[in-house]
Amino acid sequence: MNLLIAVTIGLLTACGVYLILRLRTFPVILGLTFLSYAVNIFIFISGRLAPGLPPIIDKAAPGYTDPLPQALVLTAIVISFGMTAVLVLMAIGAHLGAGHDRVDLRDDAEAGE
Amino acid sequence: MIEQNLILVLVMLPFLGAVITATLPVNAHNAAAWISGLVLAAGLALMAVFHAPVAEGRILRGVVQWVPALQLNLSFRMDGFSWLFVTLVLAIGVLVVIYARYYLLKTDPVPRFYSFLMAFTGAMLGMLLSGNILLLVVFWELTSVVSFLLIGYWYQGQAARDGARMALIVTAIGGLCLMVAMLILGQIVGSNDLDRVLGSGDLIRAHPLYPLVLALFLIGAFTKSAQFPFHFWLPGAMAAPTPVSAFLHSATMVKAGVFLLIRFSPALGGTEAWFYAVTGTGMATLILGAVIALFRHDLKGLLAYSTISHLGLITALAGIGSKGAILAAIFHIVNHAVFKASLFMAAGIIDHETGTRDMRRLSGLMRLIPLTGTLAIVAAAAMAGVPMLNGFISKEMFFAEAVDWHNGTWLDNSLPYLATFASIFAVAYSLRFIATVFFGPPPVDLPKEPHEPTPWLRRPVEALVLICLVVGMMPGTTLGPVLNQAARAVLGPDTPHFDIAVWHGFNLPLQMSLVALLMGALLYLVFARQIAAGPEGPPLLHRIRAQRIYERLLLALSWRLPRLLHQRIGTEKLQPQLRILVLLALTFAAAVLWRQLAYATEPLANPLSPAFALMWLVGAACALGAAWQAKYHRFAALVLLGGAGLMTCLTFAWFSAPDLAVTQLLVEIVTTVLLLLGLRWLPKRREEIAEDQMLSARLRRLRDFVIAAAAGLGIALVSYAVMTRPLIPNIGDWFLRNAYKEGGGTNVVNVILVDFRAFDTFGEITVLAVVGLTVYALLRRFRPATESTNQPEQQRGEAAAALQDYLTVPGVILRWMFPAMIVVSAYFFMRGHDLPGGGFSAGVTLAIAFLVQYLGSNVRWVEARLTVLPIRWMGFGLLIAGATGLGAGLFGYPFLTAHARYVDLPLIGQVPAATAMLFDLGVYALVVGATVLMLIAIAHQSLRSARLRDQDTPEAESKEAA
Repeated sequence: MNLLIAVTIGLLTACGVYLILRLRTFPVILGLTFLSYAVNIFIFISGRLAPGLPPIIDKAAPGYTDPLPQALVLTAIVISFGMTAVLVLMAIGAHLGAGHDRVDLRDDAEAGE
Repeated sequence: MIEQNLILVLVMLPFLGAVITATLPVNAHNAAAWISGLVLAAGLALMAVFHAPVAEGRILRGVVQWVPALQLNLSFRMDGFSWLFVTLVLAIGVLVVIYARYYLLKTDPVPRFYSFLMAFTGAMLGMLLSGNILLLVVFWELTSVVSFLLIGYWYQGQAARDGARMALIVTAIGGLCLMVAMLILGQIVGSNDLDRVLGSGDLIRAHPLYPLVLALFLIGAFTKSAQFPFHFWLPGAMAAPTPVSAFLHSATMVKAGVFLLIRFSPALGGTEAWFYAVTGTGMATLILGAVIALFRHDLKGLLAYSTISHLGLITALAGIGSKGAILAAIFHIVNHAVFKASLFMAAGIIDHETGTRDMRRLSGLMRLIPLTGTLAIVAAAAMAGVPMLNGFISKEMFFAEAVDWHNGTWLDNSLPYLATFASIFAVAYSLRFIATVFFGPPPVDLPKEPHEPTPWLRRPVEALVLICLVVGMMPGTTLGPVLNQAARAVLGPDTPHFDIAVWHGFNLPLQMSLVALLMGALLYLVFARQIAAGPEGPPLLHRIRAQRIYERLLLALSWRLPRLLHQRIGTEKLQPQLRILVLLALTFAAAVLWRQLAYATEPLANPLSPAFALMWLVGAACALGAAWQAKYHRFAALVLLGGAGLMTCLTFAWFSAPDLAVTQLLVEIVTTVLLLLGLRWLPKRREEIAEDQMLSARLRRLRDFVIAAAAGLGIALVSYAVMTRPLIPNIGDWFLRNAYKEGGGTNVVNVILVDFRAFDTFGEITVLAVVGLTVYALLRRFRPATESTNQPEQQRGEAAAALQDYLTVPGVILRWMFPAMIVVSAYFFMRGHDLPGGGFSAGVTLAIAFLVQYLGSNVRWVEARLTVLPIRWMGFGLLIAGATGLGAGLFGYPFLTAHARYVDLPLIGQVPAATAMLFDLGVYALVVGATVLMLIAIAHQSLRSARLRDQDTPEAESKEAA
């Protein structure tokens, strides 16, 4: 299971990194979303994998997982949504301002992709 | 005790004066001058009180605790040396204020001048009286900053701005070096207390860091007192109003450097390095300043270089460091301050009365302004070192020290010759000042007809010249006691008493003085014409000017180098920057973790669940598919992204994070909607682009793929290493133990968010509010591109009519769902403190409830029936959260302290009523507001573009008709 999650985080990171290196705005936005998935899971697993031990105080509970990474990730999820919104807006603005949707507005050497 | 407080009063007094004068009306010349003068006079009165204890050899102290942990206290001390110096500063200050009252023009803004002058005096006093070496640096920097403001007082002039900036850059660099020197000194000695530092001379000199400390310290002192090669800022600072020059360049600013040299000579001095560096620099400055001064045509320029030269003399004496030399240095500090201040003031009067400071145009002024002329001549004679004037006596003492044998090095042996040589030039430039300005034919073609100035402009000069005369004739009775007092304070109580007399017999120093006087007079008489006709500066040397080198350097550092660097290693493109960022992160992570990344010997076991593995197989396929298709099949990529997001959400749920799962699920929904809305306004890209098949594009993709794979592999390795290690006990355990007891909630994550770490959450919701407003601001100037303003294909043509009501059924269902969703949101909110839920997820839920109304129905229909004011939601949310936090203050608790209890409500039962709940309400409102604002603002664009379309169509039709 550990290995599976590690591979998953790696895969999400790789997809995210590959996409943010693209030249068009939309893939870059998707890439950042992938990266925030990867980072959120990474922070989350720093509390280790603990199925069935939610940090909700209950006399019958056998134990609890570490609540701190969860608190950190919770706000991160909402803020990453805000960040995505700003990026979308900037992408739209850049598209309207420049007439194309490349990330580098003054890109004339590298066409394509 | 009373003296303690009086010292603090003394330091604060000028700053108080600065505040008062700053608030005066712009033209309150008299009031400002009176206040400043009285403040300084009050300071002088305090000095009179201090005289008796200081004369006994006591050190007076005043201490206010400031940052005890850093050993940084507001500690002030006064001994004989600082007493003399402070008195000098205050006395000259009073005279400068009187002079300035009559010198400044009616139109000059008064508050700025006097408040800066007062602040400068305060900084100077603080520096002189600091009993802590770090405090000393603070006041030292303050003098640099305020002198910048004073020199640039007439900021309308280019020269004033340049001069001020140059003075600031040079002295501030020195101040930085001094600060480092003082920090190291404090480390060496183990204390920042000035007395401890001064008493640890042997320790400091034996320390391996001594050369470094000495170098940095000397750069600090030399820049401030304009020693070669940092002397060039001083002539530039002559663009200041004359009262400022008279104050800064006689008694205060430049003297701070020599004050420091003399003050620290017991701690740092006495080594060969000190002698060579300090005496060598001093002598070089002495000669260079004297030679250049002779060739300056500008009156203030001559005086400026003369000041540099005299500062060199004092520095040289500090470098010699014998008891007699220190006494002579202190004596010359006072003498130079007196005659140079009077000369600057006299030069100011001449400038004021004739309209020029060019010595080639001035001549024969003795006939027109005889009183000022006489005063200036006496002061200039003191500067030249004519017997029976104060400058003569300290110069004799300098000569005596130069002749004395000290350490037998070549520099020591050559001192008498160098001193005499410099003195010849000093006599020559003083003579030039007297002869060209006051004698010769009557002046012609002056900008103004000169008259004697108003008597009060002359009074300060008269007072100073009187001191020159009295000290020159009776040095022993006038200044003798305080000078000895000052020298004892620097050198220790066992210093012998020095008898300061006018006549020491026909000894070698007197012969040197006579040689200098004769040779100087001869030099001037022979070369007077050539000097007047020559360039502004000595022959040959005038081409090499330190100022020009400084300007070149400044240009290179502040303009050329940054541009060169930007050209070479910078790029304005985002993609290469991102690539470099990723590569750097990879490199550093690899460098740090190389061979360090050890895996646990007994990894935490977690049996693989086939269902979960299968789930992530789908998730991985989604992620890869999204990355693959992001370019041409954007909608597909978006759906696949949602798949990966859903897997993330399930991962949270699987591993005991119900809160995260709920929030992730809800946010996933709004993110997808957001991206869909965004896609509507981004260009379509379905067609294959030919260039994409070219080799370069393939290579680029391959390169990015390799980078991405490496990054992914790295993160996977790190996460595996993290996951397999046992969890170390951390703060999370504390939260678990105390969540219910102190936070009154069983959902620990929520308690952390709204109670334990509420301040963080407060920051985060503020960020969210800022993000929401940013989106709103960006959208306000949003004008859809023409290609996107057209209606989507589905809404056009014949198909449109058929599809008119295609969402009617879902729309109605969603409308029915609306109240249910509000209830769900309220439920999430209410149970959040004890069970999964809380402000964040409840807020997003309500936002979705609003959003689906927009999705399912016509925007106009929704808007007519439902008014959402997202900005108010956000504002109230932030206010509620902030007010809850402040509310704790009413009960005497720190910001955001929460209180928890349960309340019995009829019908509902026990309900938690923690103040944290109120805070969560703020979070809730803000999340609703921000989410709705972002989504609805984008959604609204279709309304606006429809409106634009409506406007355009009639116009287009009318055009066609025409």
